[in-house]
Amino acid sequence: MPRITIEDLKKIKEEARQKMTLRSGDARARVVVHMSTCGIAAGAREVLDAFLRDAEARHLTDLLVTTSSCAGLCSREPMATVEIAGQAPVKYVDLDPAKAGRIVAEHILGGAVVREFALAAGSETAS
Amino acid sequence: MAYRAHCLICTGTGCVAGGSFNLRKTLEAEIAKRGLDREIQVITTGCQGFCAEGPIMIVQPDGVFYCRVEERDVPAIVEEHLLKGRPVKKLLYTPPTEKAPIPALKDIPFFAKQKLIVLRNRGLIDPDRIEDYIAVDGYTALGKALTQMTPEGIVLEIKRSGLRGRGGGGFPAGIKWETCRHAGQVRGVAPVVICNADEGDPGAFMDRSIIESDPHSVVEGMIIAARGIGASEGFVYIRHEYPLARQRLQLALDHAREFGLLGKNILGAGMDFDIEIREGAGAFVCGESTALMASLEGKLGEPRAKYIHTVEHGYQDRPSNLNNVETYANVPLIILRGADWFASMGTGDVKENPWNGSSGTKVFSLVGKINNTGLIEVPMGISLREIIFDIGGGIPKGRKFKAVQTGGPSGGCLPEEKLDMAVDFDSLTEAGSMMGSGGMIVMDEQTCMVDVARYFIAFLTEESCGKCTPCREGLKTMLDVLTRIGDGKGRMEDLGLLEEMGAVMQDCCLCALGTSAPNPVLSTLQYFRHEYEAHIRDKKCPGGVCKELITYGIDPAKCDGCHACVRACSTAAIMGEVKKVHTLDVHKCIKCGACIEVCRRDAITRT
Ligand SMILES: Cc1cc2nc3c(=O)[nH]c(=O)nc-3n(C[C@H](O)[C@H](O)[C@H](O)COP(=O)(O)O)c2cc1C
Ligand code: FES
Repeated sequence: MPRITIEDLKKIKEEARQKMTLRSGDARARVVVHMSTCGIAAGAREVLDAFLRDAEARHLTDLLVTTSSCAGLCSREPMATVEIAGQAPVKYVDLDPAKAGRIVAEHILGGAVVREFALAAGSETAS
Repeated sequence: MAYRAHCLICTGTGCVAGGSFNLRKTLEAEIAKRGLDREIQVITTGCQGFCAEGPIMIVQPDGVFYCRVEERDVPAIVEEHLLKGRPVKKLLYTPPTEKAPIPALKDIPFFAKQKLIVLRNRGLIDPDRIEDYIAVDGYTALGKALTQMTPEGIVLEIKRSGLRGRGGGGFPAGIKWETCRHAGQVRGVAPVVICNADEGDPGAFMDRSIIESDPHSVVEGMIIAARGIGASEGFVYIRHEYPLARQRLQLALDHAREFGLLGKNILGAGMDFDIEIREGAGAFVCGESTALMASLEGKLGEPRAKYIHTVEHGYQDRPSNLNNVETYANVPLIILRGADWFASMGTGDVKENPWNGSSGTKVFSLVGKINNTGLIEVPMGISLREIIFDIGGGIPKGRKFKAVQTGGPSGGCLPEEKLDMAVDFDSLTEAGSMMGSGGMIVMDEQTCMVDVARYFIAFLTEESCGKCTPCREGLKTMLDVLTRIGDGKGRMEDLGLLEEMGAVMQDCCLCALGTSAPNPVLSTLQYFRHEYEAHIRDKKCPGGVCKELITYGIDPAKCDGCHACVRACSTAAIMGEVKKVHTLDVHKCIKCGACIEVCRRDAITRT
């Protein structure tokens, strides 16, 4: 990547923004595993691995598994947010690898939120 | 050969009436057309017992249950599900009770009362990808600062926003920047910009979390500060115990450098600046400005007297601007949205004078006896009650709130009467505590306030650098006295001694570690004096914590003789037959509390 100017910054922003919003034809769903020191201590890495393994085993090429940071509610870690194109994101709490498998099967593939460990829908609004 | 999947079509009477035979034919034809007939088998079954929603079709091994399937759904089922493995959503069965939507995040009190500025990107972006940060307006503020603002203009904007230091003292950032810039110009020496990521308070993890979730916001804030101040060199002083934060920050710096956001001629706008990470060894006193700079220079991390300010003579005798992680993380949004926007949040009118109030938000780590442990960001001026009971969800196990400790080890403990107080820099100081860097420890009725004071004084005694006498000896004396009181050997005169010692330390210590160290003792003496008196006069510990003053026992009305405590007791102090009320031998009991942990009926007493 060459050194950028302010104009380049705008271009990168547009491109990156496109990649971040889920569009049909592109990725259909995204799982964000919240990985901070607190999350990792609670087992977020194993949860991430489980999502990745599942996505691969089921050939889900249109599922994006990514990481982000602490969602703030450390006592309910590991947490993950599942976004399906056109729907409000859903936050899951107290996860483990088995629950990750169920989320893939029931929510991402089946379209039904796994209510047992879903905390809520929507995203935090920044001011 | 084995089939990889089976489609089970119900051919019970109900489903046949709905057309399941035709469905089967169409499905088989479509499967053959797609060349899947050797992989997928269509089977008919008897009644599935769900005629109301028929025709029913089940796909195995996925266990997907389709209802009201029609012939025209077949192509979608084959294409989407059988070929690509994605069940067709509109055909899936939704039980009626499940139809209610799950709650919205904004309706959950933990999230509803928070206001995110510093943590705006938490959970949204991948902290390891600079493109993600740029996508959410990252480095746009830097672009604005470099092309549309003068350095003086940047400093003025920060000053007018009222942004006060988030690391402890609450000193207005704009005033610090102005002084540093001025010192650089007058002395003709290039200033340095330093970020304090030492975070030494036990139980605090705000700064770690900010760096872990959004490292670029800190980097961008530092570059803007450097532009305002006229610095070309920057440091982040971070503790060794934060490996993940350090790694993410290092990656952020590398990416920023690659993109030309650090280094020479930043964004082609002619500014040179770079940042280096320096590791600290995790001594609490190294968070103090003069000790931090000594440590940065490779010297022993000891504070010095501050009549010479570090903004003028700091690191390598150069003008040095030290701000906290969270302080810098606020900067990009202030530049982007303007001082007025930031000043409109919080308490007081800060635009003319940043000392007039507390603008913006504050990040707190909420820990202790609280249901929702976590990291929160709230507008300045919110009440303690809202933080603890709405966001924090109250005290676990239905116990009563006793106190909240704010401001880190040298903060203070505030009682229930103070719960409706507004949380801002000046109100907290006035109440005998402080904002500190944002640790908030909630305590319930089973906490002993003498023990709490002793804990923090023990921590500070360990961490005192020992350079000045009032701090070194004062803390040691306080610790001795508090230990004595906890052991039931205190005297009433001890309370006066603690207060006198506290006053001397506040006046005479070399650095703020020492001058603020008496806070835990003085604030508990102010609000919980009766607990001290109970220890001294009645030889009782109201919280049931101080071992010398409590006796364990068994409440015969509650004990059901389950024997769990008998098994847990390592000194065989509890006796009794199964299903009969147990007894406890106080002479054998070492008050370890193992029995309390296992008793399901709350039958163990501590008096
Ligand atoms: C004993 C002691 C420990 C401190 N520890 C920290 C710390 O861990 N992090 C921090 O940002 N400030 C800490 N401070 C405050 C710093 O001295 C300094 O005021 C602050 O970093 C300035 O940045 P700010 O104005 O942005 O808050 C400490 C102060 C003292 C006296
Ligand atoms: S360590 Fe600063 S006064 Fe003691």
